[in-house]
Amino acid sequence: MLQIRGLRASAGEKEILRGIDLTVHAGEVHAVMGPNGSGKSTLAQVLAGHPAYEVTAGEVLYQGQDLLAMDPEERAQAGLFLAFQYPVEIPGISNAYFLRAAYNEIRKARGLEEVDSMDFLDLLEEKLRLVEWGPEIMGRAVNSGFSGGEKKRNEILQMAVLEPRLAILDETDSGLDIDALRIVANGVNALRRPDNATIVVTHYQRLLNFIIPDRVHVLSGGRIVKSGGKELAFELEERGYEWLEDPVGAVS
Amino acid sequence: MTGAFLQEFEAREETATLGASEWLEPIRRTAMERFARLGFPSTRDEEWRFTPVTPIAQQTWSPVTSSTDITREELLPFIFGHAEWTTLVFVNGVYARPLSSIGVLERGLRVGNLADALRTDRRVLQPHLARYASVETNPFTALSTAFLSDGGFVHVPADTSATQPIHLVFVTTRESAGSVIHPRNLVIMDRSSRASVIESYVTLSTGSPYWTNAVTEVVTGPNSWLEHTRIQRESERSYHIGATYVNQHRDSHYRSFSMAMGGALARHNLHVRLDGENVETLLYGLYLTRGSQLVDNHTAIFHDHPNCRSWEVYKGVLDGRSRAVFNGKVFVRPEAQKTDAKQTNRNLLLSDTAKVDTKPQLEIFADDVKCTHGATVGRLDDLALFYARSRGIAAAEAQRLLTYAFAAEVIEEVTLEPVRTELERLVRERLGSL
Repeated sequence: MLQIRGLRASAGEKEILRGIDLTVHAGEVHAVMGPNGSGKSTLAQVLAGHPAYEVTAGEVLYQGQDLLAMDPEERAQAGLFLAFQYPVEIPGISNAYFLRAAYNEIRKARGLEEVDSMDFLDLLEEKLRLVEWGPEIMGRAVNSGFSGGEKKRNEILQMAVLEPRLAILDETDSGLDIDALRIVANGVNALRRPDNATIVVTHYQRLLNFIIPDRVHVLSGGRIVKSGGKELAFELEERGYEWLEDPVGAVS
Repeated sequence: MTGAFLQEFEAREETATLGASEWLEPIRRTAMERFARLGFPSTRDEEWRFTPVTPIAQQTWSPVTSSTDITREELLPFIFGHAEWTTLVFVNGVYARPLSSIGVLERGLRVGNLADALRTDRRVLQPHLARYASVETNPFTALSTAFLSDGGFVHVPADTSATQPIHLVFVTTRESAGSVIHPRNLVIMDRSSRASVIESYVTLSTGSPYWTNAVTEVVTGPNSWLEHTRIQRESERSYHIGATYVNQHRDSHYRSFSMAMGGALARHNLHVRLDGENVETLLYGLYLTRGSQLVDNHTAIFHDHPNCRSWEVYKGVLDGRSRAVFNGKVFVRPEAQKTDAKQTNRNLLLSDTAKVDTKPQLEIFADDVKCTHGATVGRLDDLALFYARSRGIAAAEAQRLLTYAFAAEVIEEVTLEPVRTELERLVRERLGSL
C-alpha cells in the first residue's frame, strides 16, 4: 500500500525528516510514536501534501503511484486521508455542505455520479451513528466553535464518509477525554478492512489500548530509531523515549 | 453639470405636474438650491476622497422619457421569496402597477408607491418625508429631494406586525440609457410594529450607462423591529449612488443588510441616528467587486443617547482591478454613556490588482463606553485551502468554496430565510459554479 524510502523533508531552512523508511501493507495498523519535535506530525503532513514542507530526497509509493508527484486533492481522490491534529475552522459553510462537496469531488474523480443532498443525508445517518452524533452537528459551520474533542470526532466522521484506503491519524488522541477517545477509537476500528490501512501518529500509548497496532515505530530526530510489535508501545509507556533518542538530537 | 439640473427643475415647476403636494415645494426648492451650491463632490472632499464621481458629473443626464413595457417573465430573475409577499415594481423609477402584487395586508398597514401616497397619506407622511435625509451635506441627497417623485411607501401602524415581507424592486431597462432615476422610499414603523423590507436595484439594461440616485428614509418608532435588506445589482456599466437615513426611537431594533455587487461606480451611505435610549442597531454588509468596479460603502452611526448598542460587520470580496472603499463612522455624544459599539470590516483580495481603502472612524465624547473597531485586508488562508484540498476538493474549487464561506458568514445574519437563500445564490452565481 505504502512504501517510503529515504524520505527527507524541510520546513524553510530546517530539515525535519532525515531519511524515513517505512512500508505499510493493506490491512495493517502502524503506530508512529515519538517525543515532541521528532518529526512524526511532519511525516503525516508530508504524506498528505502540506505545502509548508519541501521534500528534498527520497520517494513515496502509494498503491504503486508516485505520491509526491500528486496534488493534495489527487492524493485524497486516490484514497489517502489525513485526520488533522488541528482541524481547520471554516465559518460560513455547514459541515454537511463541506463534507458533501468533498464526497462528490472524490466520486467525480473516480468517474462516479454525484449524490444529491437527500441521498447524502441517508448516507450520513449511518456514519453519524458511528461517532455517536445526532444530525445537528451537520448544520454547524465546519469546526467553527467546536470543542477540541468535537473537532477530532469530526475528523473521524469525515474519514467514515470518505472511506479512505490509507488513513493517517495525526495525534487524534491528544486532548481527548476517555469517552471521546473511546468514540474516536471505535470509529477507527469500525472502518478497518483487509484492503485498507491506518497509520496512527501519537505521543501516548493510551490510544493504542483501543486501536491495536500491528507495528510500532519510534521516530526521533527525523528518523525511525526503532520498530517493533505492539509490545514496543508498552515499553515506551514505561521507559519513556529517552533511551531511544537519536544522538544527533531531536528537532524542536 | 449642475446647470442642466437647475433648468430641468424650473421646467418641471412650469408644467406643475405635482400639484397635490404644495407643502413639499419649499423643501424641494431648498434642496435644489443646496445642490446648486454644493455641486458634485470632488476627491478633495474628505467624504469622497477615494471615489471620484467625474463619470457622473461630466455627463448631462435627462429624465427617462420613453415608456417601457416589460413582462413579468423578464422580471422573474429578480423576484424571490413567496407569492404572498408584497412586491412593488418600479420600472425606470415609475411605479408599474400591473407588475406589482400586493399581498394580504394587516389592518392599517399601508404599502404602495410614494407618488400616490403623497396624495392619500399626507398626514402620515409629511412629518417624516425629507426630514431625515440630509440635503445639507450630501449633494446627491439634495438632488433626490429636489426631484422626488416616486418610490416605495411603507407605513406599519402601531402594534402591528407585517407578517409578509415587502419587496421594492427598482428595475432599469434599455430606455434608461443616459438617464438619471431618483427612487425615493419612505418606511415608517410606528410604536411596537414589526416588518421586513427589501429593496432591490436590478437591471435589464446592457447598453449605455444610466444613473440611479436612490434615497431611502426609515423611522423606527419606540419598540419597533425592522429588518431592512438592500440588494444592489445594477449594470456594471452604470452608476449607483444610494443613501439610507434611519432614525431610531427608544427600544427599537433595526437590522440592515446591504449587498453591493453592481455598478461601474457604486456608493451607499447608511446613516443611522440612535434617537432614544436602549436602541439596537445591527448593520451587515457584503460587497463583491470585479473588473474595474468601484464600490464604496460609507456608514455613520450616531450614538446620541445612553444604553444603546450598535454592531456592524461589512465584508468585501474583491477581484480583478476593482476597488472598494469602506468608511465607518461612529459618533458617541457625551451623554451617550454605556454605549456598546463594535465595528468590523474584513476584505478578501482574490487578485493582486484589487485594492481596498478602509477607514474606521470613532469619535467618542463619553467616557463610560465600550467601542471597538477592526479592519483586515487579506487573502485566503493557506491552511484552510490545504484542509479543503486534503479532502479531495480541487484547488480552484477549494478557493471558490472558501471565498463563498467568507461571504456566507455575514449573510447568516439575515433572519429572513428566503432573503438569505437569495443572497447565497447571488454569491454562488458570482463566484461560478459551486
